[in-house]
Amino acid sequence: MNVLEVSDVSIKYNGHLAVDKINFDVKEGDLLGIVGPNGAGKTTLFKAIIGLQNHSGKIKLFGYDEADYQPLLPLIGYVSQKVSFEPNFPATVSEVVSMGLIPEKKLRKGAVLLKNCGYSWNLLYQKVGKDSDKVLECLKTAGLESLKDRRIGDLSGGELQRVFIAKALVKDPVLLILDEPVTGVDADAQNKFYNVLKKINTENKITIVWSSHDLEAISKLANRVACMNRKLFFHGEKEEFFSNKELLKTYAESAMQMHMHDHN
Amino acid sequence: MNLEILGYSFIQKGLIAGAAISIICSLMGMFLVLRRYSLFGDALSHMAFGGISLGLFTGIYPLWTAFAVSVLGALGITKLRKSAKISGDAAIAVLLVSGLGIGVLLISASGGFKVDLFSFLFGSILLISTEDMLLILGISSGVVATLVALRKQLLHLTFDEEQAQVSGINTDRLNYVFVVLASVTVITSMRLVGILLISALIVLPNITAIMFGKGFKKTVALSVSMSVSSVVSGIILSYYLDLAPSGVIVMISVSMLVGTLLLKHVNVLGKSKSIQKLPSEA
Repeated sequence: MNVLEVSDVSIKYNGHLAVDKINFDVKEGDLLGIVGPNGAGKTTLFKAIIGLQNHSGKIKLFGYDEADYQPLLPLIGYVSQKVSFEPNFPATVSEVVSMGLIPEKKLRKGAVLLKNCGYSWNLLYQKVGKDSDKVLECLKTAGLESLKDRRIGDLSGGELQRVFIAKALVKDPVLLILDEPVTGVDADAQNKFYNVLKKINTENKITIVWSSHDLEAISKLANRVACMNRKLFFHGEKEEFFSNKELLKTYAESAMQMHMHDHN
Repeated sequence: MNLEILGYSFIQKGLIAGAAISIICSLMGMFLVLRRYSLFGDALSHMAFGGISLGLFTGIYPLWTAFAVSVLGALGITKLRKSAKISGDAAIAVLLVSGLGIGVLLISASGGFKVDLFSFLFGSILLISTEDMLLILGISSGVVATLVALRKQLLHLTFDEEQAQVSGINTDRLNYVFVVLASVTVITSMRLVGILLISALIVLPNITAIMFGKGFKKTVALSVSMSVSSVVSGIILSYYLDLAPSGVIVMISVSMLVGTLLLKHVNVLGKSKSIQKLPSEA
């Protein structure tokens, strides 16, 4: 079953074409790695998928058109590149994760749509009794159990991103969208994050769309790859992408150009 | 100190109304401070000043005109901020000077300051009637009930507006509700410390509580306790010292902040990284 279908999607951002007629799909259980240099339009595309960005073309969730899939939007877990919160925000890790809980009424509306399209929603955390227990289970998955009472501002960048993963997990997302989640995080913390990612894709069976510059991590974790720089250059099996030397060379050159541009 | 003053009816009314006001200011203030809207209360109270002048000028009960002008101004500026992409501090400045401008204009048109205006500028909690006290209690209960009902959405909105929107919260509607609640809080609280000192009740207990480095629930509890104790002790102390209650209340809150900073300096409050900076410094 296709969880997500993006057809001919174009997006104008601040007067220029940030995304140009992109087509790809995401199947149930996929871990799709999206690669592309900075400014390639990945974040803009993600925002269109989660309903925060106007666009042309069609986006479908579980086969539903945009007009119909609104109740499914709260069931998408989204972790953005950087969350800019007040550094002294008086909230513990548990309190931040519990912000991800969705009211019963909203869950039910989404559940009806999922049932009608024949998707068997794998409820792991919602089945756990109390809200505080659901939060604790997610913290365990993200390896953050010992930090549950720590204030959010006291965490490192890597720990923080795992908190946001846990916050996205607590509602049992039907799709998890991660926008360069470990940019600027040290190698050790990145590895911990990748382990969590692998676990929630293989054990929790959550479909994931993940953008990253880390080709090595994508080659290890993803099963499919999309490569974009405003336009889509590739979409298919991981093995096919990594065996295409010409494509990898073009990607490396355009990433280098954008890197130089960013630093000038 | 003998506490026979607690038997006086005007003190009782002042204490009850003051405690209710301190609770809503502290609760509302927590969200305002964390959203970096610390001076929003000040801007709203200056709009209220314009509204009061309008009331005194037209003969309409000033609190109603204050409420109408504040809410309309705050909603207008929220809309303008979103559509014209004006930054938060600039939006607050526009609101503040507009309110003051209207006020000065109407006062000069009506032939100068009137005595009534001073009670709004500096507060007059010990002069309230039983009806005023009941009105303050009723409004405060409404504000607390709304905040309790919306606490999860408001916390999410305050922490990360984009994520709140993704999780299905109607952030535009919630922002408008938030602004109206803030206006109601400010107008209700003007009787306690006056227009000029309203920000003290909104900001001081919250930044003091945040410095303790606790989670949200505990920080809110700390802020409310400090706010209520500063108002209650301020009213009682002002009677014995024969000083204006508003000034005493504010200076007690300032002392609590300074005391907490000193405790932090000598490391009594622990080593949490998050208590090293005040929100305004971050």
